[in-house]
Amino acid sequence: MFIRRTLPLLVAGFFGIATIIQFFVPHPASRTFYNMVLDWMIIVTAFTYLMAVQSTIELHTTKIKRKVEGWQYSLVVLISLGITAFIGILGGAFTPSTILMKLIPAFKPSSTSPLMYTYLYMQVPMQSTIFSLLAFYMASAAFRSFKARSFDATMLLVTAAIVTIGRVPLGEFIYKGFPEIIEWILKYPNMAAQRGILIGVELGMIATSLKIILGIERKYLGGGK
Amino acid sequence: MKKNLVLLLLSLTLLFSFSFAQEQASGGTDLNPNAISSETERLGSMLQLSDIPNDGGGGIEINWTLNDSLSNYFITIIRREGNIKKIVASDLLASSGQVRDVNSDENKSNVKDGTEYFYTAVLSEYAVSQEILDYLVCDSLDMEAMTIADANQVYLISDESGPVKSKASWFNLERLTVLISAIIITFLFLLYLQLARKGKELYIRKISGLDAVEEAVGRSTEMGKPIMYILGIGYVTDIPTIAGLTILGRVSKKVAEYETKILVPSYDPVVMTTAQEVVKEAFTEAGRPDLYNKNDIMYITQDQFGYAAGVDGMMLREKPGAVFLQGLFFAESLILAETGHSIGAIQIAGTTETAQLPFFVAACDYTLIGEEMMAASVYLQKDPLMLSSIAAEDVMKVIIIIILLIGLILGILGPGMHIEFFDKLFNLLIEIL
Repeated sequence: MFIRRTLPLLVAGFFGIATIIQFFVPHPASRTFYNMVLDWMIIVTAFTYLMAVQSTIELHTTKIKRKVEGWQYSLVVLISLGITAFIGILGGAFTPSTILMKLIPAFKPSSTSPLMYTYLYMQVPMQSTIFSLLAFYMASAAFRSFKARSFDATMLLVTAAIVTIGRVPLGEFIYKGFPEIIEWILKYPNMAAQRGILIGVELGMIATSLKIILGIERKYLGGGK
Repeated sequence: MKKNLVLLLLSLTLLFSFSFAQEQASGGTDLNPNAISSETERLGSMLQLSDIPNDGGGGIEINWTLNDSLSNYFITIIRREGNIKKIVASDLLASSGQVRDVNSDENKSNVKDGTEYFYTAVLSEYAVSQEILDYLVCDSLDMEAMTIADANQVYLISDESGPVKSKASWFNLERLTVLISAIIITFLFLLYLQLARKGKELYIRKISGLDAVEEAVGRSTEMGKPIMYILGIGYVTDIPTIAGLTILGRVSKKVAEYETKILVPSYDPVVMTTAQEVVKEAFTEAGRPDLYNKNDIMYITQDQFGYAAGVDGMMLREKPGAVFLQGLFFAESLILAETGHSIGAIQIAGTTETAQLPFFVAACDYTLIGEEMMAASVYLQKDPLMLSSIAAEDVMKVIIIIILLIGLILGILGPGMHIEFFDKLFNLLIEIL
């Protein structure tokens, strides 16, 4: 019980208070302490990636073993994981371009490492593809939301229509003062609402932090009050 | 008459030759050394030196004030430590009035704490050549000299100022307001905690998004579908992620009670491990540890859109009856919420990111806005001790509103209506905050 519950609470409380004190103390001793804690976090995070790899391998091998629907995709995940790890390690340690030049005399050395190649020409285009979906999702979500069902919804519809028209050159063409109106909407009513939410969020964050430091909030440790 | 004419011509020739010779001597520029020399007397010990306040040491602030006639000049600052001289800054506009001699990442021992430093300023009309910069730091330069010159211009040298020492501060006074606010909120929190312990009833308003948790889990169970809980792309050090984990505990308990399945795709391995612990404990608490499956809380990837693609794919394959989006979300928020909507799942979202809230409001059935998410753990547990934090938050909000109103009134009367007294009060308030 002490190891599983009391000790983590003491550690969380100690480091919580120490980090707050550190915020107010600019002395190098305080900075050294903060950098040390950051280094510890990096070390701990590095080890957790092993757990991430273990989780991925375990999940997908189980799917393959049980031949669940779409198990072939799990095979693709595991093969991709293996290949990426292989070229990542080789690319960093043994400069494969030199090895390849020895094996294939016609091979031209490139400044782009194989791992970077997979990142630039495989991962980035795939990321962009998913990101570009956002435009279509925005249109469909806006279509559903902007229906004048109630007074509030009508307000939203009208404001959104004004902002949308004002943000494109057509708006300025229709009425020259449109950009100023948009600027006013974003700068005052919109910003005021956002700041209202943000004040609540910040206070909520302070309260949650205090609860963690004082050991009142302990759900993040897993179960219990 | 002729004699006078000859004399006039002779005088003109002499004047022309004299001015030509002067121009040759000054390298053809429009420099007027007499004007500069007249300022020499006024330079004196022009630099005001001080340790940079509220810093971690290793920094000296150098200030100067010059009359307007020298505002377009360039200034070069030389530092002396014993016999070692160094150029701190060169060719700064004299009108800038300030420069800081500080340590950098490249040179962490540029300014050593406790060491005595002396500073001298050099003013010039044009940019300083490298030869002069080298000369300024050489041993043969007489620091008592008031001027030096090269072929292009004359340089004015100030008296040496100093000594000055840098030192590290133990408290950052600029953060005093933050400290006072932190003390007030901690005091309020502890006060309400004490009141709650004594049995004072504290009120929390109805949050429909959280009331719908049971409905969502129940509906999913009836449909024989799993529940998906998405913690977003935050880390365990982010408070919204911690709030999301707290809500996960309550949702998991309901899931275990209803004997259904919960899927938690994770972005970060630490969050994944924590989520596994939270779900395991919740299942144990509900008396159904046998239903817990570690592989249901899985790692996806730490790539934002890779994560979105992975979760979307899982949603389309598993078709969960309820989707919870609780945590830190960015551009992937709508991609996830719209996919959830397309499969007909009941969706309860919550985030502190104001930019993502409209997307969740548009695509989800219920949205916890900002602080509602932070209050979720309190709301779901209905623990009086936990309610004390909400009460303290509310009192703090009242204090903030009062300060805002005071600022608003002073802003209208001071800078708005130019009433000097209120203007001073307004500036004082800004300074304090």
